[in-house]
Amino acid sequence: MTVSSPIELVCPAGSLPALKTAIDHGADCVYLGFKDATNARNFTGLNFDPAQMREGIAYAHARKRKVLLALNTYPQTGNWPSWTQAIDRAAEFGLDALILADPGLMAYAAKTHPQLRLHLSVQGSATSYEAINYYHERFGIQRAVLPRVLSMAQVESVVANTPVEIEVFGFGGLCVMVEGRCALSAYATGESPNCNGACSPGKHVRWEDTPRGMETRLNGILIDRFADGERAGYPTLCKGRFEVNDETYYALEEPTSLNTLELLPELARIGIRAIKIEGRQRSPAYVAQVTKVWRAALDKLEAGGAESFSVLPAWMAELNKVSEGQSHTLGAYYRPWK
Amino acid sequence: MKLALGPLLYYWPHQSVLDFYADMAEAPVDSVYLGETVCSRRHELRLEDWLEVGKVLAAAGKEVVISTQGLIESESDLKVLRRIVRQSAGGEPGFRVEANDMGAVRLLTEAGVNDWVAGPTLNIFNPTTLQLMIDSGATRWAVAPEMAGAALAEVRAALPTPIETEVFAYGRLPLAHSARCFTARHFNLQKDTCEFRCLSIMDGITLRTREGEPFLTLNGVQTQSARVHNLLGDLPAVRGNAEVLRISPQGAHTRQIIELFRAALDGTQTPSAALAASREWMVEEPCNGFWHGRAGVEQYVAA
Repeated sequence: MTVSSPIELVCPAGSLPALKTAIDHGADCVYLGFKDATNARNFTGLNFDPAQMREGIAYAHARKRKVLLALNTYPQTGNWPSWTQAIDRAAEFGLDALILADPGLMAYAAKTHPQLRLHLSVQGSATSYEAINYYHERFGIQRAVLPRVLSMAQVESVVANTPVEIEVFGFGGLCVMVEGRCALSAYATGESPNCNGACSPGKHVRWEDTPRGMETRLNGILIDRFADGERAGYPTLCKGRFEVNDETYYALEEPTSLNTLELLPELARIGIRAIKIEGRQRSPAYVAQVTKVWRAALDKLEAGGAESFSVLPAWMAELNKVSEGQSHTLGAYYRPWK
Repeated sequence: MKLALGPLLYYWPHQSVLDFYADMAEAPVDSVYLGETVCSRRHELRLEDWLEVGKVLAAAGKEVVISTQGLIESESDLKVLRRIVRQSAGGEPGFRVEANDMGAVRLLTEAGVNDWVAGPTLNIFNPTTLQLMIDSGATRWAVAPEMAGAALAEVRAALPTPIETEVFAYGRLPLAHSARCFTARHFNLQKDTCEFRCLSIMDGITLRTREGEPFLTLNGVQTQSARVHNLLGDLPAVRGNAEVLRISPQGAHTRQIIELFRAALDGTQTPSAALAASREWMVEEPCNGFWHGRAGVEQYVAA
């Protein structure tokens, strides 16, 4: 079997050095955001000011790679102009596509800058072809990023029933909740991924060394407690340990990363057009490591086809080194995970 | 001001559901939302059964709305969704639909239905997006619980023509949806073979911090707050910003809570007295942070 169309490798660029690293190591596209609440990775010290963005675009375009801008939070009445200005700037800067979640913004972009290519963000929570086709018919989106909730058969059905290109998450942090449908962070801290672009934001985080162990808190709420020698994780609230009926465990999800490398031939067979690597909040070293492995895997698949494709143990070893908790999962693609 | 009973978010045995809605037919609510919105494995009542319940409630003078599932995953989920739209588009009985994802919006629009409810999971946070939904036939907007009262007021003020607005006023907050079933996980079961454990749990399972503090509620693939969102004390401010208040069904005392809201709206009880009286029927501490633009978990008392 031959692969009909090469899968694009879409890599995270939380900073200019990360962008250059991703391009140098074989990313087909990078995605990035402005330094504000218009994107869903609004963390201190991350993202791009206009000058950095221009430089990054020039760097990528000189090497015939694409740059995608994530404007994937939901604006409110008062701050609406910040989002539309970001769209105007994207058009001016020559970005290759906008990744949007809000229908109102899509309508604005489609009307004001009809030449701009639109992608539906994972924050749009579109899990069926009916939802994706809505955005296609209304706003002309050309690609949709699927939330990490569907099984392989369900992904295949989506691809078969929409003209929109489908992008899936391949590697990185695993959101256990449907993106765009999670207000856990807002409930605990008042800041939400939907409106503020941040989940479990750093300014609400506290680490405390106590006689009971190292405690991690989010806005005062105890998320986890670690014994001596246990590595204390970042208090992302769905990856903490809690008590349910007197049993203490990772009630929602262990700290682990998504890794779908072994599903690559299958993803190619069903017609996935792009693989997204998560991690704009991670270092350039992470970006280099992950991009290198996925580039090698995609190249091998393209050169030899699905029959001769196999996952090299060295690739998995490399990826596990940069995984959360040094472990990985196939997430919802693998039915028993559910 | 109208009172609405939101969709049943839990999985109760068939007869318990019928008994509950027989009681609700007599309760002072104006609208009742029916249907399974959380998990497609839950079918003690199938769509036909929900429509039958709807007919009884309609005969008792209630406005009936059929809610669509929040997370659509499979072709069979889409089949149910299409049937919900069809019954609204001219079939019998023709109940109004609450659209809880954009797939539902597409199907309603395609079918020419022009009187539907834009559900709380559509992520409508600004007037441009709300106007798009209105232009597609939405005639009521059920606001996302995380939206603050002030932000809601701004959206409404920016619209040329106002839309009937519904605010989540009482119940454990529906906070998140997942592909994973946390109830099955708690019992070391897989979702596909979950043994329908939710059936024996009226109000979900409380998740506590390691300090024993109630924090969240596991309800199958849904995660809710442990605290009970309660806007009884905030009614004077809520009144100016909404026409409908949503009360989420709970395992016990839903009727008493509805009656307290009715009394507070009719002025036979002050909002603060109604809030105090509601404590007797609440299984957990109250919270109202979202309405005040704060962390949802907070019980905020404006100075």
